[in-house]
Amino acid sequence: MRQPHQNPRAILANEENSTRRVVVAMSGGVDSSVAAGLLVAQDFDVIGVMMRLYSEPSQGSETKHNRCCTPDQMADARRVANQLNIPFYVLDTQEFFFNTVVQPFIDGHVSGLTPNPCIACNRSVRFDFLLKHALALGADYLATGHYARVSDTAEGYQLKKAIDGDKDQSYVLHVLGQYELARVIFPVGDYTKTEVRELASQLGLPVALKSESMDLCFLADGNYHRFLVENAAGSLQPGPIITLTGSEIGQHRGLGHYTIGQRKGLGVSVGQPMFVVKKDPANNILILGTREEASKKRLIAQRVNWIAGNGPTAPIMAEVKIRYRANLVPAIITALDDNKARVVFEKSVFGITAGQGAVFYQGENCIGGGIIADEVI
Amino acid sequence: MHKQSNPLQIYLDHGATTPVRTEVIDAMLPYWTDVYGNPSSVHRFGQLARKGLQYARTTIAELINCRTNEIIFVGCGSESDNLALRGVMWAARKFGIGNHLITSAIEHKAVLDTASQLRDLAGFDVSILPVDEFGQISLDDLTSSIRPDTVLISIMAANNEIGTVQPIEEIGAIAQERGVLFHTDAIQAAAMLDWDLNRMPFDLVSMAPHKFYGPKGIGILYARQDIELISALTGGGQENGRRAGTENVAFAVGAAVALRLALEERQENTIHYQALKNQLIDGIIESFSDDCRLTGHPTNRLPNNASFSFKNISGNDLIFHLDVAGISASSGSACLTGDPEPSRVLKAIGLSDEWTKGGLRLTVGKQNNEDQIEYILKVLPDIVNRLRQIKVQIA
Repeated sequence: MRQPHQNPRAILANEENSTRRVVVAMSGGVDSSVAAGLLVAQDFDVIGVMMRLYSEPSQGSETKHNRCCTPDQMADARRVANQLNIPFYVLDTQEFFFNTVVQPFIDGHVSGLTPNPCIACNRSVRFDFLLKHALALGADYLATGHYARVSDTAEGYQLKKAIDGDKDQSYVLHVLGQYELARVIFPVGDYTKTEVRELASQLGLPVALKSESMDLCFLADGNYHRFLVENAAGSLQPGPIITLTGSEIGQHRGLGHYTIGQRKGLGVSVGQPMFVVKKDPANNILILGTREEASKKRLIAQRVNWIAGNGPTAPIMAEVKIRYRANLVPAIITALDDNKARVVFEKSVFGITAGQGAVFYQGENCIGGGIIADEVI
Repeated sequence: MHKQSNPLQIYLDHGATTPVRTEVIDAMLPYWTDVYGNPSSVHRFGQLARKGLQYARTTIAELINCRTNEIIFVGCGSESDNLALRGVMWAARKFGIGNHLITSAIEHKAVLDTASQLRDLAGFDVSILPVDEFGQISLDDLTSSIRPDTVLISIMAANNEIGTVQPIEEIGAIAQERGVLFHTDAIQAAAMLDWDLNRMPFDLVSMAPHKFYGPKGIGILYARQDIELISALTGGGQENGRRAGTENVAFAVGAAVALRLALEERQENTIHYQALKNQLIDGIIESFSDDCRLTGHPTNRLPNNASFSFKNISGNDLIFHLDVAGISASSGSACLTGDPEPSRVLKAIGLSDEWTKGGLRLTVGKQNNEDQIEYILKVLPDIVNRLRQIKVQIA
């Protein structure tokens, strides 16, 4: 299916491209627009699809739109499609997205976790639901504007970090397996963001100068505190703040408002910096500790996906990111039963947060990852 | 335009619009660069333009057997509906002769939203008649909802989504008997009826030429000459003071030629459409079991309309997938912004939630043939099955 290649520039001019149909997930943003443009330039049979995701329900007379699916965004995506001379369709994904991404996000916070919804979205919405639609449309590939690379080797498909390390999104793509990697193209993974913006200008795309937001896409205003208050109010009750030794040192506003490792906004003053170490949702208690106490040497990841398909049979050395923006930290990873893995760090890591992704790398390759569990073995 | 590996492009959405035929284009051409005057001007340029407008009006009047001053040119079919309803109801308010409007649950939004606005902003009373499982109103319901202050009944000749034809001659007769005006939105049906407004009991009729191979951007309202209409567009007094705005002579001429040809070809077109429609209906009903149903009346329907609903399928997804396969159709609940609502019409005919988002409308036209229908019959079950599979797999 995919042409084997060692050249990191993944999309090559190829006579057979015109017989290959690609569905491009378009958002109206620069990255997915350039992704579409690159595919068109390489003569693929391209179809643009935008997914209409969940938006918060209307309040009063204003329909509240999330950051991503506004009519403006849709108009932009449509304009880009027109410019590129490709058909453009909108896929109603509202209910499915709510059920697989938004509701679990809310539920996660209620149980004291800090979920990364982009991981759930990629797992269920983009590379399952949308991929199935793309294949049903006779497409050979689904393309997105993600910054990442796929390479085809004798040992199978590999997921590699993007050329632009600062934009690399392999972290949220760790959920992909061999089946998906055989069917996806990440056109912009081979370029830096600066190059992508230049390409947008060169291709004459009307979105070249658009700015990008890093907030959660389904929030109207980037304010997830407000979102939780509105959607999970029952679980956001004030409660006690205690230290690891059990002394009560204050009151919290509701566990969902805090993340592990948080230092500011705790409203306590005990003479030294205190950090959120743990949440106890059953008793509605927030537990603080020193920086050392908020650092751990190991974690258990669940729902682990190994890019190669099967997990390693013996412990391996790798580097791990415990958060999208975290630095890579060396660790030893042991695959366990039930799609779990134990990660033991060389040195204690600050702010390991249950619900976030723990993603494993070896050099340029993302080899897999899972969701940090609320347990330590 | 779109580069697609599938070269097939089958247009099955004639209910939405139709291509303009060459005879119509040829008839319109002189009016852009040669006969370009404003029909209201005194000079010869104006006179020649006025003559073209006259020709258009006279042609249409002769075709449907009414007086020339009973033809009003407006900007589109929706405007025709708007003028009929607002024009009549405001005139009734002006002369103090009534306050009540009767219409049906399956009218086009150009009628229903206008009625709602009249009710909500101007205090008119509106009765909305329910329809049966086929989309027809009950004549008994109609008769019993007529009140001393009823001014106007508006019931469409045929429904755009499900194709059902209403008994408009009977409705007109009832209206006549009770001294109530009767407007019919004939936008879907105009090219399919044997018009004779001298005989037919209709007081106002709306038509849209782009449904019968004429241009978009023009509409026609027939209004019996003794009917007072308060105009919505005021200004230059055109159309006998009923619709201001410099007349679109080119489009009026195009509309007239389109109507003439459509009515001349009516019988042969009807036969052509019926055959393809029946081929579609028979083929589709046979390919699916009880998860697909014909919507609208099985026999009393537009000759070119084959409409269905698929259980638990998104009509929006269906027409998207169909388009990629080369078949262009529509659905009562499609939406360009991916936010499809359940079809109001399917709800009105009593379908439950599992059905109301799954509408598919196929409307044939002159350019369609048997082979194209065969292709659709082959491809549609595949597509529906694949969509069902996706639902099952992600559940």
